[in-house]
This record gives sequence, C-alpha cells and structure tokens, in this order.
Amino acid sequence: MIAAAHSMYNGSSAPVSAIPELPLDRFLETIMDATGHGWRVIAYFGLPRGVATPLYCLLAEDAEGRLAAMRTVCEGDCLPSLTPACPQLHLFEREIAEQCGLAIEGHPWFKPVRFHRSWVPGRDAWQRPADDPLTVGVMEFFQVAGDEVHEVAVGPVHAGIIEPGHFRFQCHGEEVFHLEISLGFQHRGIERRLIGGPDLKTLRQMEVVAGDTTIGHALAHCMLMETLGQVKVPPRAQVLRGIALELERLANHTGDIGAIAGDTGYLPTASFCGRIRGDILNMTAVLCGSRFGRGVVTPGGTVFDLDAARCDDLLKRLQAVRRDLTDAVELMRSTPSVMARLEGTGTVSREVALELGLVGPAARASGLKRDVRVDHPFGIYRMTHLPLATGFHGDVCARAAVRWQEAEKSLDFVEEQLQQIPTGGHRTDSCPLAANQLAVALTEGWRGEVCHVVLTDDQGRFVRYKIVDPSFHNWQGLAMALRGQQISDFPLCNKSFNLSYCGSDL
Amino acid sequence: MIRAILSRIRQGHRTMPYPNEPLAMPERLRGYPRLTLASGNEMSGDCPYGAYDPAAGGSLDLGRCLFCADCPVAAVSFTTDFQLAVSRRDELIVRPDAGRYHAERLSAQLLKLFGRSLKFREVSAGGCNACEADTNVLSTIGWDLGRFGIQFVASPRHADGLWVTGPVTHNMRQALLDTYAAIPAPKIVVACGACAIGGGPFRGEPEQSDGIDGLLPVDLYIPGCPPHPATILEGLLRLIGRIS
Ligand code: SF4
Ligand code: SF4
Repeated sequence: MIAAAHSMYNGSSAPVSAIPELPLDRFLETIMDATGHGWRVIAYFGLPRGVATPLYCLLAEDAEGRLAAMRTVCEGDCLPSLTPACPQLHLFEREIAEQCGLAIEGHPWFKPVRFHRSWVPGRDAWQRPADDPLTVGVMEFFQVAGDEVHEVAVGPVHAGIIEPGHFRFQCHGEEVFHLEISLGFQHRGIERRLIGGPDLKTLRQMEVVAGDTTIGHALAHCMLMETLGQVKVPPRAQVLRGIALELERLANHTGDIGAIAGDTGYLPTASFCGRIRGDILNMTAVLCGSRFGRGVVTPGGTVFDLDAARCDDLLKRLQAVRRDLTDAVELMRSTPSVMARLEGTGTVSREVALELGLVGPAARASGLKRDVRVDHPFGIYRMTHLPLATGFHGDVCARAAVRWQEAEKSLDFVEEQLQQIPTGGHRTDSCPLAANQLAVALTEGWRGEVCHVVLTDDQGRFVRYKIVDPSFHNWQGLAMALRGQQISDFPLCNKSFNLSYCGSDL
Repeated sequence: MIRAILSRIRQGHRTMPYPNEPLAMPERLRGYPRLTLASGNEMSGDCPYGAYDPAAGGSLDLGRCLFCADCPVAAVSFTTDFQLAVSRRDELIVRPDAGRYHAERLSAQLLKLFGRSLKFREVSAGGCNACEADTNVLSTIGWDLGRFGIQFVASPRHADGLWVTGPVTHNMRQALLDTYAAIPAPKIVVACGACAIGGGPFRGEPEQSDGIDGLLPVDLYIPGCPPHPATILEGLLRLIGRIS
C-alpha cells in the first residue's frame, strides 16, 4: 500500500478528486519510496497547461495485484529528475519534457523522444527557437572516444521491411561499447489527437497504435470506455476477446521464433514458422475478416460472434498449427549449432531488467515474474489461470524459450476456450462516459504490458489520454543487451525483443 | 540433418498454387464493396473518414476506405473479392453503376526491364507495421513472391521501385524522398495501404502528409488497412503482366 496514493485495480476508474494531490517533493519522494519497495511505474505523464503543469503517476505492485494513482502540480519550468536513482523513469521524464515543455533538471540523458513541438505553444524544454526545424534524429549522441573506437550509424531506413529508427553503435573493433537508439520517425500525434475525444475515429486509431498489437491496444481502450460508461461486457465477448488476444500472441511469437532461426542462418525453422504465422493470422481472419484483428473488439463486447461451424474450423486449424509449430521448434532446439548461437548472446541480467522496468517476455526471460494476465487479471483471465512462463539467463536463448513456452500456453488456452464459449450475447450498447474520472486499463500484449490511462472533463470528454506501449519500457533493455557484444549480434538481439517503433512513437 | 529432412517432409510443400488456381478467402473478409444507390431517406451513418460520399447516387473512395467491420454507412457492404489494386487514383472511386477497374500492366518499355525481375525498396513512413507485415509475408514460402521475379532488397541502389507504407509522417518525409532519389531511373512507386494512399486513419492530422499522392508519382495503388496479401500479390501480378 502506498499511503499517499489512491488504490485502484486494473480496468477501474475513480473520480479525479479522489486522487490525492501531493506537493511536488512529496510526490517525487513517494515514487522513489514505492519503486524501492517492489512497485513499478506504469505511467507518468503531464497535462500540458502553460505555467503550472499537473503531473500524474500510476504505479503497480505485481505480487498482490495492486495499482495506485497520485498527482501533483509542477509550478514553473523545471522538474527534478528521478532517473539517476530510478532508471525506469528515463523515457517518461523525457516525454514529459517534450510534451509539456518542462526542463528535467539533472536528467542524465536529456534529449527529445519523438522530435515534435511542445504541446504548450512557446514553451520548449530545450529552449529551441520557434523556427528550429526539430530534425528527427539530430541530437547529441553519447560518444566514446579513443584509439580504434569507431561509430556505426544505422537507419532510419533499414535493410529489411521494418519500421524506421536510428541506431548509433560505439564500437571497438567488433565489440559494441554502447548503443543509443533514437526514435520518433513514426510519430503520428496519436495522444495529441485524443484530447477532446472520443470520436468515431478513435477506436480504429487505437487499433493501429501498433498494428501488430491491434487486440492488445484496442482491448485496453475498450476497458477504459467500459469502466467509464459502466458497461458490463458479456462473458461470451470476454472469451472471444481472450481468443483473439492469444492468437495475436501466438502469431507474433511464431513469427519471431522463425526470425531468430533465420538470423542464425537456420532456414528450415525460419521458413516453416513464416508460413505457420500466416496460418495463425488467417485464424484471426476467420474471427473478424482481418488478419490483424481489425474489428474484433468494440466498447461493450465484440463486433462479430463466433458460430459452432467457425469454432470447429478454428479448432481444426489450431491442431495443424500445434503440430507444425511444435515440429519446427523442436527441430531448432535439437540443432546444437543454432542453440549455441543463442546461448549467452545479448544477456540482460535480472538486476538490469528490474532497474529498467522491463515488461513482457523480455522481463520474464531475465527472471522477473510479471504478466498482467496473472498479476492484474482482466476479462477472461479473471476466470482462468494461465501459468507464467519465465526464464533465467536473460539471453536471446531465454527470450526465445519464453516465447515458445508462451506460445504453447496460448495454444492450450485457445483450444480450451473454443470448446466452452459461454452462451448469450456478445455485445452491450455503450453508454456516455462518466465525467471527471481517471481510469486505467492494462492488458498483456504479446510484447508485454499495454497501459492506457484516461482523464475525463466535466462533459466526459478526454482531457488527457496516455498510452504506454510495452516497447516504451523495453527499448533500453535492447540497448543494454548489446553491451559488450559483437555488432553482428545486433539483428539476433533485435529479433528476440522485436519492439514496436510506432507503438513508442505514437 | 536427417531430422531436418524429416521435418521438411512432414511440413510438406506449402506454396499456394495462385494464380493458376483461385484462392480461398475468409468469409468475413471485407474486399471489393457492393454499393446500393443512396436513397437519401434511409437511416444511415456518415463515414468518419470521408470515404463515402452520398452525392450523386453515392460513391466510395477505396483509397480512403478502411474496410471497417462496423461500417455505419447503409449503402456500403463488402464482398470477399480481394482484387482491389488499380493504376490511377481516380479508379479507386467506386460507384453503384460504374465499371470496375484493375491495375494495368506496365508500359512495354518498363515491362521489358522489370517484367521478369522487379526489385523494391520498402519504406515504412508512419505505418502501423501491419501493411509492412503483410508485405513481408509475401516473401514466406506460402506466397513465395520470388517465383515471379519480385523481391524486396536492402539498398535503393539495387531497386527498380519504391514501396511505400504509412501516411508519411513529418519525421519520415525526408528519408522517404531521399530513398526515392537514390533509386536509379526508370523507377516505379507503389502505395500500399490506406495510409500510403491518403493518410488512412490519420488523414488530416498535422503530423503527417496524407500519404504520398502529390509527393511522388504512383504506379500502383493497393487499398486496404492493411491490404490482404492476396490483394497485394494480385496487383503486382497484373503490373508485370502475369495475369490480366
Ligand atoms: S468501411 Fe469505414 S472507411 Fe469505409 S465507408 Fe465505411 S466507415 Fe467509411
Ligand atoms: S493502412 Fe492501416 S494497416 Fe496500413 S499502415 Fe495504415 S493504419 Fe496500418
């Protein structure tokens, strides 16, 4: 329990007036204190408001499934940085600086995140003139100097069909001393646009925050709309949503296991998994017509129902997927040259994972037991228990193993749920949103924790809508995984995390 | 090695026979629309993306349409016909009584150069990674794009064309134009997905450019959010004259 904060649980809302407003120093102390006692920050954001900036912080404690919310007001242009003692905040603080125009005093890494103008006209954290073009990727990169130290710059346009980002490696020969990742290329202004919402475009925009996590994000959004509208989602819809979310996980884990095999040069598993992933996407298309789950969830339930014939069809497809995927993965695991390439590559220790606040399979592979489905269960996960998949070594091998274990569990889950879909409706009408509330929703997307937080005004419209994609927590994990590795290990490390650029860039 | 061979036998030959045989599409796929004449007095919602225009009997702009599961427009329904790609922007406008368009094959001169070997450099310019993913999937063994001589390559210098996804964010605009400039002429441009064609779900937002129309000359428009891989492949095969 954080005495100074308001306790909440996943998918709930509270009147803004019930969220304690602390003096700034007490607010910051509470964050420090809580993160030192097993809590972690799930969202930390400001309301861009001219002179005084209201700040909100939401924290989670996983062992007992508790959430807490508190707020403060930062007067003036400057916010003291907690990052040196609490590294999991480093991107949150930079984001607050960029959006609200607050300088973060003492931030060791004080640079823009997405390279857009501050939301408060005329107020810029870096005092850049109004006519500065704010060229993306142009910032002070950390540099290592010395004989035979060289720098490798990659991106924004990469070799494959992937999203844009810029990577700077400081290398000594083949060895990477340091990697710095600069993003923002995919910035579409999603959070800015949500102010004053929701409107008819909102749901689709939530589906494409990160298009490979359509269900993860759309579900978090719908959970907010449902708690604010006091809508009860029918059990049938909860099951259908769970099936869609696990199919999304299964498809992406399968694709990434294949990609990891491909990066070790092991083509059989790479090509099998590439094809199997497509078969799983086709299962999602049976649900809703879209391979990426567009049009599965809607506030109040699901758009489509699933009849018995489609259930049977899905069960049959699932069996084939299980057979082929198991074969493809077993083949890779029984090939020593592949496993040797994965073992000990790109290690993130448990301590580092904890300090950086990693989430999802990347955190679990380093031995952290955190999974929203288990710790803060939502929807169908309240009714059914999913075993947690964890690893130990924190290397590429552990991340691949955790993904495979999770894929197996998703297979079991989908198979079980398809056989026991509750009867009844699959959709309830949505209701107007409650005024002056703060609501929070977490889901476990395939990359990890997806967090959506909303504040409403006295008309029930969005004053502020905060989205935290799991990648936002995990990019620094990838950078740390590269420390002391060969630069040629980068693709393999990268695939084992497979983070979202658009999900971070918003 | 034996295990790998056994697995290969178990997994089987999985490249689909398309275009020699038809493709089975999911029943709920939202493909080519069926429009009924807008009568004006029915209970119908508006399209939030401005894709449907009720004027003059009604028309649907496939370049803006996101093929929503919950489309509120009463005059719009969808068939499972995945053939959506066209060569000109105005051919994306569907009317209840007007003809149907498909992508055209390249000019004789370009076909001679690219017909049997066409390489693309892809640039993701604000895409959500779904258009990118379903472009990527064409290179898996199921679709095996390579059998048609089409490939995605790492360097624009090795490419014959630019493949664009995403609404062109302000932050990717320069990189996109630079990549285009780096491709040796003659070159073609493909706009893949609603974002690249016209901004998609982000149309009108100041952080992006409403797609590449007006920025680059487009040779192939592939509608969808995201387009089904079959839609993409069909457009490409028409472009290189493998189907017509
Ligand atoms: S499907 Fe969506 S984008 Fe297309 S007309 Fe209907 S509402 Fe508009
Ligand atoms: S068109 Fe749709 S699927 Fe494609 S990038 Fe845009 S939002 Fe994503």
